[in-house]
Parts: sequence; structure tokens; C-alpha cells
Amino acid sequence: MHIMEGFLPWQWCVFWYLVSAPFIIYGVYLLNRQVKEHRETLSLLAVSGAFIFLLSSLKMPSPVVGSCSHPTGTGLSTVLFGPIITAILSLIVLIFQALFMAHGGITTLGANVFSMGIAGPLLAYAVYRLGKAVNLNVFVNVFLVTAVADLFTYVITAIELAAAFPATHGGFLISFETFFAIYAVTQVPLAILEGVLIALVFKYIILSRSDILVKLSVLTQEQTAKIIGGFS
Amino acid sequence: MKYTLEIIFAVVVVIFTAVFLLQNAHIQATLKPGQEAWQGSDDMGSDAILSTGYTPWISPIWTPPSTEVESLLFSIQSGLGALVIGYFFGFYRGKRESSKSA
Repeated sequence: MHIMEGFLPWQWCVFWYLVSAPFIIYGVYLLNRQVKEHRETLSLLAVSGAFIFLLSSLKMPSPVVGSCSHPTGTGLSTVLFGPIITAILSLIVLIFQALFMAHGGITTLGANVFSMGIAGPLLAYAVYRLGKAVNLNVFVNVFLVTAVADLFTYVITAIELAAAFPATHGGFLISFETFFAIYAVTQVPLAILEGVLIALVFKYIILSRSDILVKLSVLTQEQTAKIIGGFS
Repeated sequence: MKYTLEIIFAVVVVIFTAVFLLQNAHIQATLKPGQEAWQGSDDMGSDAILSTGYTPWISPIWTPPSTEVESLLFSIQSGLGALVIGYFFGFYRGKRESSKSA
């Protein structure tokens, strides 16, 4: 999902910076408040950020297509802290990769943080709330949220590139098809794998810090008691 | 019931690996000389943009001098993530154990 340095015309760089800016500003505010008022959630915030760090560094082969891509790792923090705080955590990772690995870029940072940190997690969060409303099993829900956050990030990248580089014949839709094939199709197996992994991690979080999950109103006291009972 | 999620994860990893190995055997058998298998999707995206005749207007301030150095930096990123995750899960576990024995 990384658009490389210089690979977006400058008008689009400015456009995506402007689109992402309000989310980032609001995110900094929310993150500050979270850290100040709910100090006890800090360790899970670090763990969520660490999963984005870890998973987005892995270039994994996608068996379906025969190319490599990376997971985004944004699912866990979307469930625990919501999409706006996830945007800040993603921003940190993207700056790190842009500066040290020349992976992504500073000019394309706005576009990259929009796909990975904002649009993907926002849609995933909608899925999460829906799953919660219909009383979906929490592990199935975490799986879906993670997979959607991952996959949708790459769909957005394809849209961003198709908008900036419409085909001379056929325009936006034709070039969207090209970029969709490169980015989103590759991503399907990785999204599934990442979803299953984060669902498993979520079990360990419930077993070790169910008190914080209750505080973040991810689960109720009764739900955690029932889940923990089911595992013993 | 206790290890359902672990079993599902293991099964998915095995399927993923099996499909990868099969696909790799197929790709290696049909690979033309000079063609690269298992390319990064980010690079393929960049190539697709270049093929439209676009020239990047700015290049990164610093680029890792080789793929080895680049993979070192990616490993450091994974390592940092894993370190934090391991630290806190260990910390949680230790806390639980000590509150049990107290």
C-alpha cells in the first residue's frame, strides 16, 4: 500500500495531506486524552502499536498471485482504541519506513496514512460496531475487523492511484482495475492470515487484561467471565 | 474448546504454506529468464505508474544502499515490535502469577 516518494503528482500529495490532516489533529487530541485520563490502558496501546510495527514490516508472499505484500496490523488497535487513534499509530510507522527504508515517502505520506491509518480502520470499525450490534462472537468479529482493515487499505491505495493516473483510454475505471489487481487481489490471503492471528492474540489479551477491555468497553464483565470460563 | 483458536491458526498457516509451495513450484517451472518471481506489490504498483510515462518528481532523501541493508532495517522494525509485545505479555503473566501466589 506504500505509494513511493515522488510517485504521486504534487497536487494529489497536497490533496491527501488536506484530507488526512483533520483526522490526525483529532487523533493527537484523542491520544493525549487517552494517555492522561486512562493511564492503565497505556500498555495495551503500546502492544497495539507494536503489532502495527511488527506486521507492517513483514513482506509476505501472497500464494494466490505470486507477489509479495505486507499486512497492516491495524486491526487490534481499531478494536481497542478506535480508528482515529489508529491513524496516529500508523503515521508513526509510515514516517519510520519513509525515512529509513525509502519505503513510502514524505510527499506521499498523506495518501499512505489515509489508506492505512484512516480509511481501512474506519470501515473496519463500522464492521466492528455492526458485529457488536448483532452479538457476533467476539473472535469472529476481531477476525473480520482485522481482515477488512487490511484489505480495504489496499483497495483505497488502488483508488488513490487510479484517480491520479487515469488510463488514457477508459479513464479511472480501467486503471483502477490495473491497480486493484496489483494491490487488492494479492492482499486477500494475507488479510485472512492476519485476521486469524489477531483473533488468537485477542484471546491472550482477554486472558491477561480483561479488566482493561472492560474499561475500554470492548467487552462487558459478564462477557469476559464467560469467555475465560470457556477456555479453562 | 480450550485451544480452538490455536488449532485454527495452525491449520490456516499450514494451508497458507502449502498453497505457497505449490504456487512457487508452478511459478519456478514457467519462469522466463530475467523474470523475477515474488516481487513486491508496491514495486509492481510503481512499475505500473512508470509505464504510463510518468517521471517521479522527487526521490527519497535516503535510500538503503542495498537490499541487505534494507532487510536489516525491516528486521529492526519487526524486532522493536516483537520486543514490546513480548515485554508486556510477559509482564501481564508475571503479574497474574504473583497475585495468585500472594
